[in-house]
Amino acid sequence: MLLRHGPAVATPANLTYMRSMHAPSTPPIISVSGLSKTYATGFSALKSVDLAIKRGEIFALLGPNGAGKTTLISIICGLVRPSTGTVTADGHDIQRDYRAARSAIGLVPQELTTDAFETVWATVSFSRGLFGRPKDPALIERILKDLSLWDKKDTQIRRLSGGMKRRVMIAKALSHEPRILFLDEPTAGVDVELRQDMWQMVRRLRDDGVTIILTTHYIEEAEEMADRVGVISKGEIILVEEKAELMRKLGKKQLTLQLQQPITGVPAALADFDLRLSADGEEIVYTYDTQADRTGITTLLQTLSEAGIRFRDLSTSQSSLEEIFVNLVRERA
Amino acid sequence: MSAASFNPRAIAAIYRFEMARTWRTPLQSIVSPVLSTSLYFIVFGGAIGSRMQEIDGVPYGAFIVPGLIMLSLLTQSIANASFAIYFPKFTGTIYELLSAPVAWWEAVIAYVGAAASKSILLGLIILLTATFFVPLRIEHPGMMLLFLVLTATTFSLFGFIIGIWADGFEKLQVIPLLIVTPLAFLGGSFYSISMLPPFWQTVTLFNPVVYLISGFRWSFFGLADVSLGVSLGMTLLFLAACIAIVGWIFKTGYRLKN
Repeated sequence: MLLRHGPAVATPANLTYMRSMHAPSTPPIISVSGLSKTYATGFSALKSVDLAIKRGEIFALLGPNGAGKTTLISIICGLVRPSTGTVTADGHDIQRDYRAARSAIGLVPQELTTDAFETVWATVSFSRGLFGRPKDPALIERILKDLSLWDKKDTQIRRLSGGMKRRVMIAKALSHEPRILFLDEPTAGVDVELRQDMWQMVRRLRDDGVTIILTTHYIEEAEEMADRVGVISKGEIILVEEKAELMRKLGKKQLTLQLQQPITGVPAALADFDLRLSADGEEIVYTYDTQADRTGITTLLQTLSEAGIRFRDLSTSQSSLEEIFVNLVRERA
Repeated sequence: MSAASFNPRAIAAIYRFEMARTWRTPLQSIVSPVLSTSLYFIVFGGAIGSRMQEIDGVPYGAFIVPGLIMLSLLTQSIANASFAIYFPKFTGTIYELLSAPVAWWEAVIAYVGAAASKSILLGLIILLTATFFVPLRIEHPGMMLLFLVLTATTFSLFGFIIGIWADGFEKLQVIPLLIVTPLAFLGGSFYSISMLPPFWQTVTLFNPVVYLISGFRWSFFGLADVSLGVSLGMTLLFLAACIAIVGWIFKTGYRLKN
C-alpha cells in the first residue's frame, strides 16, 4: 500500500486528487454536516461545522489553541460523541456504520500515548489486529522499515526516544492500511530533521492515495504540505480554500526599493501609492494587491524616475500563510 | 476490510495483549498468590486449624479451601479487569480502542475474558497448591468449574465497571479494598455462617459473596449455607446486573467518550 521512496511526482494518486479538484461531482471522502459539540461543562467546542475533505488531498486544519481542531478530529475518529450533526467517512456514517467508517481511518493523536512495555513489533501488530485485519508480517516489516524503525522492532517502547515513539504511533495508525489518515500536530516537539522526514513520508502516503488531514501549529508545515487549508476559530470553520488560491487572494505583495541616495520624505507626486519609507530614508516599501487589475509598479517606477529618485536594487516578497492566518483570526476576534 | 458485523480479530488481539502481561510478570501474577495461599494454609490450616473441630465433618484446613479460592478469585478478577481498562485511560492509549471498529461487547468479551482467564488460572493454581497441604475431595467438579467461571466473569465485569468509573488510582482501589475484601472475609470464607448468632446470620444473607462461597463450597463437599439454587440464582443476577451496567456505559459513552 504505502510509502514508496522517491520524489513526489505525478502519480495516479496525485492525478486522482487533481481530477477531484476539478470535478465537483466527486463525493468527498469525509463529509461533516452541522456538527456541534457542547461538553458537559457547557463549553461549546464546535458550532454547526460543515466541511468536506476531498479524496486524495492533504488538508491542513489550522486554528489557535482551543479552536476545536482536536474535538473535530476526535468526533470523526469516534473518540468523542457529537451533540448534533452527521459525519460520513468514505461514504459511511460514523455512528450508524461505525465499523466501516473507522476501518477507513488511521489516527495519530497529538499526545505520545504508547504502551511502555510492549515491543515495537508487538504494538504495531496489535493495532492491525484491533482493526480486524489478518496478520501480515511482510506489511508490518515494510512499514517499520519505511519509518526507520526496523532495527528497533524488538525494543520496548519505553526505551525509544520521543521522535521514535512518534514514528511508532504513525506505524500503528498505518498498520491497517487506512484510506484516510489524521495527523494531529504530527511534528509537535520533534526536531527539524525528523520534521522533514515526516513531511516526506506524508507526501509519499498521499502519492499512494491516502487522504491526509493534519492539524498543526506550524504554519510553515501547512504552507509546505497542504493542498487545501481550513481555518477554525472558536468552534467555527471560518475559511476553507486551496492553499495557492488562499495565498493569492489574501496575500499582499511588497516591492522593496533600495535607494542610491537616502531621502527625507516621500515626494508629493507619490502620495497615491501605499508607500512606507524606512527610518534611514534608504528604502521604500510599496504594498500592492496581487488581485488588482494593475499593480501600479510601472507607474511607480516612472514617477520615481521623474522625481529623480534612483534605486540600486529591488526585491519582492509575499505574505506567508502565517500572516494570513493571524490576520484572519484577529479579524474574527 | 469489509464492514463486518463481528470483529473476532480485535477480540483475539486484546485478549492476547492482556494475557501477555501475565506471562511478563510471573512473580506478581503466579508466584505471589501461591505464596499468599501457602501462608493462609500454614497459619489458618496448620496453626489454628489443628486446634479446631471439623465443620460438618470436613477438616478445617480443607473447609477453608473454597473460601480461599473465592477470596483470591474475587480480588484478582476485579484487580485484573479494573487495571486493564483503567491503565489505557490513564496513559491515553484508549484512543486506539475507541477509534477502532470494535463493538462495546467485543471489547468487554476481550478484556473481561482475559481478566477472568487469569483469575481462573490463579484459582486452579491455588487449588493445586492446597492439595499439598490438605486432603481434598471435589464432589461436583462440573459445578465447581461452573462457579469458578461464573464468579470470575462476574467480578471481572464488576472490575471493568470500576476501571471505567475510576478517575484516579485511589478510586481504583477503594471498592476492592474497602468493600469487596471485607465482604469476602465476612461471607464465610473461613467459617460456616451457621456458626454465627441468628441475628448475624440474617445480616450475612445481605452479603452477595455468601452465595458465591456457599455454592462453591457445595461443589467441593456437598454442604452449603444456602441452597444451591439460590447461590446460582444470585450469581447469575449479579452477572446480569454487571452486563447491564457495562452496556449502559458504552451506550452513553460514560467516562469514555464525553
